Amino acid sequence: MSALALALIVAGLALIGWLVARARAAAFRNGSQRFSSLPGHHGWYVALWVIVPPLAFLAIWSAVSPALVTEAVVAQPAAAALPPPGFDRASILSEARALAEGRAYGAFNDLSARLAPFYAVAQARYDWIATAAALLLAFAGGGFAFTHVRPDFRARTRVERIVMGLLLAASLIAILTTIGIVASLLYEAARFFRMVPIGDFLFGTHWSPQVLDARDPGANLGAVPLFWGTFFIGAVIAMAVAIPFGLMSAVYLTQYAAPSVRRWMKPILEVLAGVPTVVYGYFAALTVAPAVRDVAVSLGVTWASSESALAAGLVMGVMIIPFVSSMADDSLNAVPSAMRDGSLAMGATSSETIRKVMIPAALPGVVGGVLLAISRAIGETMIVVMAASGVATLTANPFASATTVTRQIVDLLTGEAEFDSPKTLAAFALGLTLFIVTLLLNIVALTVVKRYREAYE
Amino acid sequence: MTDSPKMTARHVNVHYGPKQAIADVSIDIEQDRVVAFIGPSGCGKSTFLRTLNRMNDTVPSARVEGDIRLDGQDIYAPEMDVVQLRARVGMVFQKPNPFPKSIYENVAYGPRIHGLAASKADLDAVVERSLTRAGLWNEVKDRLSDSGTALSGGQQQRLCIARAIAVDPEVILMDEPCSALDPIATAKIEELIHELRGRYAIAIVTHNMQQAARVSQRTAFFHLGTLVEYGATSDIFTNPRQERTKDYITGRYG
Ligand SMILES: Nc1ncnc2c1ncn2[C@@H]1O[C@H](COP(=O)(O)OP(=O)(O)O)[C@@H](O)[C@H]1O
Ligand SMILES: [Mg+2]
Repeated sequence: MSALALALIVAGLALIGWLVARARAAAFRNGSQRFSSLPGHHGWYVALWVIVPPLAFLAIWSAVSPALVTEAVVAQPAAAALPPPGFDRASILSEARALAEGRAYGAFNDLSARLAPFYAVAQARYDWIATAAALLLAFAGGGFAFTHVRPDFRARTRVERIVMGLLLAASLIAILTTIGIVASLLYEAARFFRMVPIGDFLFGTHWSPQVLDARDPGANLGAVPLFWGTFFIGAVIAMAVAIPFGLMSAVYLTQYAAPSVRRWMKPILEVLAGVPTVVYGYFAALTVAPAVRDVAVSLGVTWASSESALAAGLVMGVMIIPFVSSMADDSLNAVPSAMRDGSLAMGATSSETIRKVMIPAALPGVVGGVLLAISRAIGETMIVVMAASGVATLTANPFASATTVTRQIVDLLTGEAEFDSPKTLAAFALGLTLFIVTLLLNIVALTVVKRYREAYE
Repeated sequence: MTDSPKMTARHVNVHYGPKQAIADVSIDIEQDRVVAFIGPSGCGKSTFLRTLNRMNDTVPSARVEGDIRLDGQDIYAPEMDVVQLRARVGMVFQKPNPFPKSIYENVAYGPRIHGLAASKADLDAVVERSLTRAGLWNEVKDRLSDSGTALSGGQQQRLCIARAIAVDPEVILMDEPCSALDPIATAKIEELIHELRGRYAIAIVTHNMQQAARVSQRTAFFHLGTLVEYGATSDIFTNPRQERTKDYITGRYG
């Protein structure tokens, strides 16, 4: 039976349970007595008991059944010819499975073709078990819940609790997924550091992963030029654009703009934050980068790169402006207006008030916002993929080319990738480093901002 | 009373957008005296007080009409410099609002802006004098670099008074300066007002009638945006001429 049919049957059972329970609950409501639960609550109580147990069972089942199926296949006499556990064995088995499920049309390996029928058989058997168990659970759950449909049963609170449980499960899934991603990142990075000493990676200044010396891969996997390029583009050039413009626009919007101006200008700024970064990316690559090079050439810099750090950084800065502006805007708004009034009442002008009272008072919030902005900038990928260089050079010259961590991750993982070479695994080490740095930045930034919010409560 | 009033207000109207908050108020604020503005909340006491140093300019919807003069000079005249006006007419707010800076910097803020101190020594002297006049010097002289916001509420309010008098104003406006303070801190501020009286003209908004009776020589009773009665504090409290004043003072509403 297909998964869809099973789902429809369970849903149908739930509907029946809902209708029956509701009708039954409605039947004993004839008197004038007050009941804690409406008939609908009883209906939902039964319906949830019909749906949730099979669903939970199937979720767990889908995680464990492939292993069970494989075990059944391996137990067959025909499987004795399989190579010992390792890459080859795994690829034959997965090919056999693909054949059995009709996802592949030809086999590279005879053994796969021979094992495929066993796969189909085992899969069918386990599917039947799953279907039967799911239906059984649906009936059992529904029956169990139905015995509860009595006048004094608090179906309302029970439904509330089940709903809460479901919501909790949903939020746990998000958290667990993140943990899983981080765990796999850690695992792959650990594999990398078994091949390349961590010191070589973190402190080496030479990065050219395309040509690796098999005996000493670490010599060409020094990530310092990447870290520097990321910092230079994301934290120096981009912030040199984003901080002044973001701050000034926030000051204008919160302190000077008439409400009518603010009403249309703030949404426009926020829309800018929603422009897909790839759009900024081709703007950077096609418009800004050539312009920057032309300017450099007219200044007499003959060797200016058309993939300059400056072009990528400038556009990234523009992209971050709305972000800085809205963080600064929030911080300035959080400064009690009593501060402003106090200063104005001393005879200070608006700009004196802003410079000497408002901005200092909002500073922790602004700093926190800037840190968050930096963490976004260094994780930004599309702009640098399109506009930054792929060549790692250690330079502080904004007209020279520079590369970033995110750009290199993309380069390492696109094209032909062998999943156990240091070159590919380096991407995970880079990803882990980036993750740790942005995580720390975010923690620091949020702590600063939180302290600051508390100061004015 | 030989000299003319420090400030005069004639036929003042204030609107917030379409809504009238003050209607036809005329009043004098005299040198060396304390005038108390009393009245039920929402009757426009703060609004009127804020017209006297043009703080209503900071409210976009507010519109002020009428004639208000400081030493005979029209403070709403185009040639009036608001910065100068506010240096001459200081203000203390309902909730203590020290800046998130050190105690010293809080008091030095005004003198710095207005360029009143020629040297660091001058500035130190101004800070000490202001804090002394505000009755705070002895409590904070050893920790001038601590944050002003770390003081107690009553100390913060005296710091705000010190901050206001650091620029040597002629008039001090106080908007319910004690309403956020406990009774002991309140008593200190009231004492301070007595001491400041000889040097500045003071207008104080209060919702506490005993306080008005204790600190002021003149009392103005506002109701629904109008000035109902204005006169010597002793007269207002013992012998009000208006029925509404009498009702308010005896606690019939408020
Ligand atoms: N910024 C403002 N915008 C609009 N209306 C205001 C504003 N400030 C005060 N008002 C209105 O003006 C009236 C007088 O307020 P206020 O002067 O604060 O009274 P009081 O200080 O006597 O309690 C009130 O009705 C109040 O709602
Ligand atoms: Mg008020």
